Amino acid sequence: MDGPGEPWVGQAVPRLEDAALLSGNARFIDDLAPVPGIRHVALLRSPYAHARISKVDITEAAALDGVYGVLTGAELVTELDPLASAVRAPVDYFPIASDKVRYVGEPVALVAAVDRYVAEDALERIVVDYEPLPAAVDPVAALEDSAGQVHERVGSNLVHHRTFRYGDPDRAFDEAAAIVSLDWRYPRQASTPIETYGAVAHYEEAPERYTIWSNFQGPFILQPLMARALRVPGNRLRLVAAPHSGGSFGIKQGLYPYLVLLAAASRMLGCPLKWIEDRSEHLMASSAASDRADSIEAAFDQEGTLTGLRYRNLVSVGAYIRAPEPASVYRMHAASNGCYRTRNIAVDNRLVLTNKTPIGLNRGYGGPQFFFGLERAMDKAARSLGVDPAELRRRNFIPANAFPYDAPAGALYDSGDYAKGLDLALELADYEALKARRDAARAAGKLFGIGFACGVEPSGSNMAYVTLAQTPEERAKTGGRSGGAAVATVALDPSGAATVTLDSTPAGQGHATAAAQIVADGLGMRPEEVQVVTTMDTQNGDWSLASGNYANRFSAIVVDAIVESTDRIAMKLKAVAADMLEVAPDDVELSGGRARIAGVPDDGIALARVAAATHWHPAGLPEGLSPGLREAATLSPDVLDAPDEQDRVASAVTFGYICDLAAVEVDPKTGRITVETYVSVHDVGRVLNPILVEGQVRGGFAHGFGAAVMEDLVYDSEGNFLSGSFADYACPTAADLPPVTVGHVETASPANALGSKGMGDGSSMLTPAVMANAVADALGRDDVELPLTLDRVWRLAREAS
Amino acid sequence: MSAKFEADARVRVNCTVNGKRHTGYAEPRTQLCDFLRHELHLYGTHVGCEHGVCGACTITLDGRLARSCMTYAVQAEGAEIGTVEGLSEPGTLNPLQRAFSDHGALQCGFCTAGILISTTYFLADNPMPSEQEVREMLSGHLCRCTGYEGMVRAILSVAGGGS
Repeated sequence: MDGPGEPWVGQAVPRLEDAALLSGNARFIDDLAPVPGIRHVALLRSPYAHARISKVDITEAAALDGVYGVLTGAELVTELDPLASAVRAPVDYFPIASDKVRYVGEPVALVAAVDRYVAEDALERIVVDYEPLPAAVDPVAALEDSAGQVHERVGSNLVHHRTFRYGDPDRAFDEAAAIVSLDWRYPRQASTPIETYGAVAHYEEAPERYTIWSNFQGPFILQPLMARALRVPGNRLRLVAAPHSGGSFGIKQGLYPYLVLLAAASRMLGCPLKWIEDRSEHLMASSAASDRADSIEAAFDQEGTLTGLRYRNLVSVGAYIRAPEPASVYRMHAASNGCYRTRNIAVDNRLVLTNKTPIGLNRGYGGPQFFFGLERAMDKAARSLGVDPAELRRRNFIPANAFPYDAPAGALYDSGDYAKGLDLALELADYEALKARRDAARAAGKLFGIGFACGVEPSGSNMAYVTLAQTPEERAKTGGRSGGAAVATVALDPSGAATVTLDSTPAGQGHATAAAQIVADGLGMRPEEVQVVTTMDTQNGDWSLASGNYANRFSAIVVDAIVESTDRIAMKLKAVAADMLEVAPDDVELSGGRARIAGVPDDGIALARVAAATHWHPAGLPEGLSPGLREAATLSPDVLDAPDEQDRVASAVTFGYICDLAAVEVDPKTGRITVETYVSVHDVGRVLNPILVEGQVRGGFAHGFGAAVMEDLVYDSEGNFLSGSFADYACPTAADLPPVTVGHVETASPANALGSKGMGDGSSMLTPAVMANAVADALGRDDVELPLTLDRVWRLAREAS
Repeated sequence: MSAKFEADARVRVNCTVNGKRHTGYAEPRTQLCDFLRHELHLYGTHVGCEHGVCGACTITLDGRLARSCMTYAVQAEGAEIGTVEGLSEPGTLNPLQRAFSDHGALQCGFCTAGILISTTYFLADNPMPSEQEVREMLSGHLCRCTGYEGMVRAILSVAGGGS
């Protein structure tokens, strides 16, 4: 492309990341030895869900040849302050247990050795005396007086309880023509990236400094928390992202307590330490979405208008509240109306401590649990009101002309056309034919069902929504919180080559490719000429509290920072080139690697020459221009203001839309679900790169489908963990996933310069509800819970028939 | 082949990886994946579960597929090993690798090395597979990013001109 042509943004530009990944040349954390003298860490973990530690004897372990040092939890916690969270409660969270263990897999002691094999040998020589205590496992039972107390100082396992009211929900329910209610259990699940946690921590004495290389994904709001736990100022804790990360899905947020643990141990043992989590550690004790016992009530008038919603959520947070939790509970809060117009909403949130691994971010975090309630209630309401489920949703959608839409709990929906997306889904599914097929199947005695779900996808988080866990009075005392800043730095070196540095710690989403497309458009280059740096470094790069890779942040906010920094570079290039070409800057355009005079059929000047002038000859620059070409744009969308006194908050910048439909047949003899049709329609705003979008949509579906039909982190009634391998925790394979028809509607977002919306959680939030709705329709019963395994469906089908 | 070693022996292992002679040291219990990565510094082979389910560490050992996490390094004495690093000449991608990129068959790329090795082996044996056969072959691997659709398309596109 020589002159200005079709922009790179929007094209299926092949991923710049792929060549290294496909040839075995991409480097991940376990490939790195960033400093010499590294020792290898293994962690002794609790075999008990709840027990007092009466004695830890490390003598034999420390005496083993090859062992460099052994540290007990009791030794480590004296060197640390607890890790804080937004919930005000007497729950001290340390990354290792000292007096008692509170979940299976909780670290108890740390061994550093010449290699991991020897470190694990040493673990077997540590003797720990435990006095088992009754465990709190089930979220409902954990609230009873007789339950084991996870943290005695709290006084009960109920660690947080807040209620919220928007509009007049009581009146809506008093006046309702029909009320639909559902209650259900939601299982624990985790997205299990194929690369586990990993880190190298290095303490230096003079000057005192911790450096940690890892595959931590952010949010970097956790960096000051880590520094505080290590009792050092923030500038003494440097975090560096590995060049590549093998998947994250939110789960790698939960790595940070281990970073604190390794940092402290590095200081105490006087050597750099490396720890690579193994798969059984990961499944048992890394992080997970919450298991919950939730309920919903939905009020409708005569016409099937949804007039009010009441949510009661009981969330098992595990043994500690690990920041940024309770993010998973409050992420959807401001969008509690989903896609619908209702203004009357009541929410009751209770967090209960249980003897399980602490919960954390997990793909779609909070979304799957939220939509399971709302969208299952909509399908149930459709059946009980005798209205088609698609039609019931259409009647209640926020209309396309109402955007931007100020939702009752404070979310500002940027754009959307929900009915159009539903229409497309119905068309792609050939809904009328599908219904006829259902009739025919049922007439033939078969169990055939159709399920729907529609949802919004909040993206680009307001860091302050988590403070809904505090009362307005508590928030006032803490001081203001708001925003979700992104930083991007664009530079042209003396050769005129462009480098963009991101704060988005990607883990496979293709951020480098999309960023290169944006820079290439702004500077008139080709994407492959742009170097993209994703090894975020809190010492040597620009970052913010919101930096990281979560809540679909990249295409909601980060892209805007890339556009802004690129624009500033382009303006400077134009000013310098204008001086050289003796025209006004506005007359200069950048294309094909050159600065040209617009409308003049002339080659202009090579960008490399213009860039070089800023580096080599600052004295010759037009007045007012500084030397060099480097611009770091930091911006936080204005809409992300602090929560108000009525607990309303603009929780996210963009709100994508998803409408999914599934048709299934259930075999009552085996419980097997056959997906006959699955359609998924998305509004991601402007598509930046169809390859990347397609990948996120299909990957999100795979997580949602796994969660719907097979994934379950199982604990027994004593809190023993039963899903400690990939043979026990089933994830979908290529043979398990049904074909999916994907469709797109596009409403450009006004929230950023490109019109793109955050995306990536996608169907992971809705597929569990869609599949449950389809199976409920097939079986003619509403008490359908996840995962829809063969035995569960078989039992439900048997009871139904 | 059978051999007896002391538990803490340091055993010299000679093998050929991607056509190149390599020598390194291993204990009898050292996993082949650890030997390849941390002794021979061939980091392209990845370790995802260490119990033979996820398939990320798949290599060829004397022409057959093997999970390098379920194989001891000492079993590789004298063996011919194939890893992702040997699939194409430096600086180039082979048609399968290119198809993976074109069809969005990878995201984080962590599971990809093992999948490329399995697919290469599979296509040599079955150059015109059906989609179902491709899916069944892939079911020996876990990928959490892509939903596999791009992989299936990529493999079918290079298999006998697609179907």
